[in-house]
Amino acid sequence: MQWEIVVGLEVHTQLSTSSKIFSGSSTAFGAAPNTQANAVDIALPGVLPVLNRGAVERAIQLGLAINAHISRRSVFARKNYFYPDLPKGYQISQMELPVVEGGSLTIQVGETEKTIRITRAHLEEDAGKSMHGDFHGMTGIDLNRAGTPLLEIVSEPDMRGSAEAVAYAKTLHSLVVWLGICDGNMQEGSFRCDANVSVRPMGSTELGTRCEIKNLNSFRFLERAIEYEARRQIEINEDGGTIRQETRLYDPDRDETRTMRSKEDAHDYRYFPDPDLLPLVISEEWIERTRAAMPELPVAMRERFIGQYAIPAYDAGVLTGSKATAVYFEQLVAAVGGEAKLCANWIMGELSAALNRHELDIAQSPVGVAQLAMLIRRIGDGTLSGKLAKEVFEALWQGEGEVDAIIDARGLKQVSDVGAIEAMVDQVLAANPNQVAEYRAGKEKMFGYLIGQAMKAMKGKANPQQLNEILLRKLS
Amino acid sequence: MSLTLQDVKRVATLARIAVTDDEAVAYQQQLNGIFGLIAEMQAVDTAGVEPMSHAQELSQRLRDDLVTETDQHEKFQTIAPQVEGGLYLVPQVIE
Repeated sequence: MQWEIVVGLEVHTQLSTSSKIFSGSSTAFGAAPNTQANAVDIALPGVLPVLNRGAVERAIQLGLAINAHISRRSVFARKNYFYPDLPKGYQISQMELPVVEGGSLTIQVGETEKTIRITRAHLEEDAGKSMHGDFHGMTGIDLNRAGTPLLEIVSEPDMRGSAEAVAYAKTLHSLVVWLGICDGNMQEGSFRCDANVSVRPMGSTELGTRCEIKNLNSFRFLERAIEYEARRQIEINEDGGTIRQETRLYDPDRDETRTMRSKEDAHDYRYFPDPDLLPLVISEEWIERTRAAMPELPVAMRERFIGQYAIPAYDAGVLTGSKATAVYFEQLVAAVGGEAKLCANWIMGELSAALNRHELDIAQSPVGVAQLAMLIRRIGDGTLSGKLAKEVFEALWQGEGEVDAIIDARGLKQVSDVGAIEAMVDQVLAANPNQVAEYRAGKEKMFGYLIGQAMKAMKGKANPQQLNEILLRKLS
Repeated sequence: MSLTLQDVKRVATLARIAVTDDEAVAYQQQLNGIFGLIAEMQAVDTAGVEPMSHAQELSQRLRDDLVTETDQHEKFQTIAPQVEGGLYLVPQVIE
């Protein structure tokens, strides 16, 4: 039987505020244990939470970016459970009236576009961290992370398989980083995914029983966990068994998921409105002010690039994949003074390849906009051929100085002197009488051989167009 | 709606409260008394009334996103049963 894999994602994004969601403690990562946990965060009696305007504003931004409804009135609720890294005995979250409702995100999988519906996004606080190290059989608790603002973004089960789920997660990741509402650092846990996975016979419209895989903190783990889990469920179904609804954990070392807790002993969170917090009211004026201050969004920028720079839709999509890349591109075109397609090619070609090889972000590129612009200008004015330019690029990457200095030092200047090229072509023709005769007898591929010989004789520095023209002229 | 003895014990477990059988019976009666009051309230026609999520007709005051707190963990940790290297120590939790 053919099976269809159905996936919905819950993504916890850590919001980029300086202080916590309900207290004035710092949210900076990596501080010594418990040095950023105040009386509210460690839940001393008698303290009250006070909501951080910055966290709400970031939720509004996300809502606007996904065309969602921003609730004019939303409510915080207590989610009750006992765990030592949750000192209050409850997590402040939102249940019935979340701050963001509805919305959607368009993803690209291969050549096709697909719209994934978003159910809701709600504000909540993070818990602390438990350390299971060597503490004489005890567990160590660090509450620095307790109270860090999270925006949990919940999708509808609209993804079919791991590729779409990863595309959605990547698109959402790039959007929150683009907006600046989350630093996107997955190693530090700023962007964590829970995947709800189920399978059903192809063509069926009913959803199968789902399992939730918790805490996937890389795109690769997300992909592999979904694939493993779907395979597991398909095998159970094909063996005539039934899927048990449960929460599972993915173990990357063994590449498998295993039961964390089943529905029967699932927590009963006993949500109720938090009496310590009044309803959150968001005014029309605040929403409009936030909208006005938002950066141009990727989708809009992509359309603008296609129109303004006359580049293909594919290029525009790649260049707006991250804000840093888009900024680099626009600065590059401005510095070169045109040649948008050539600029796009260099960013998507040499530069991306080098960045990938060295696992660098474009913002960390050793080749800056001004240097690459000069290199592209030297291609435009005929000083460099495309091939020589790649050599100069490599030297720039290695930090060998500025473009013109590299061209001089390495003697890379392209020869565009017609006389010099003609003289060399004459020599080559004289040295290869048989090949010339074969060409003239109709063996056209000899042309390529002769070009190769001439280029070699000129150490690769001949202007390729001129060489082509001259050889063609001499042979005719 | 009325609670069974089993419901009472389940709620006690969820709240991590140790309850003897005698206490459970007593709580069952008391809680059912409260449910009686709720049933009375639910009989009121509230069609068209917006659900209330807080007793006061006010909205949340917000604070600016500023770090205002300093490190006081040493002071806090003087009342903790056990600490080590800045961490609070608790009985081992294994999930």
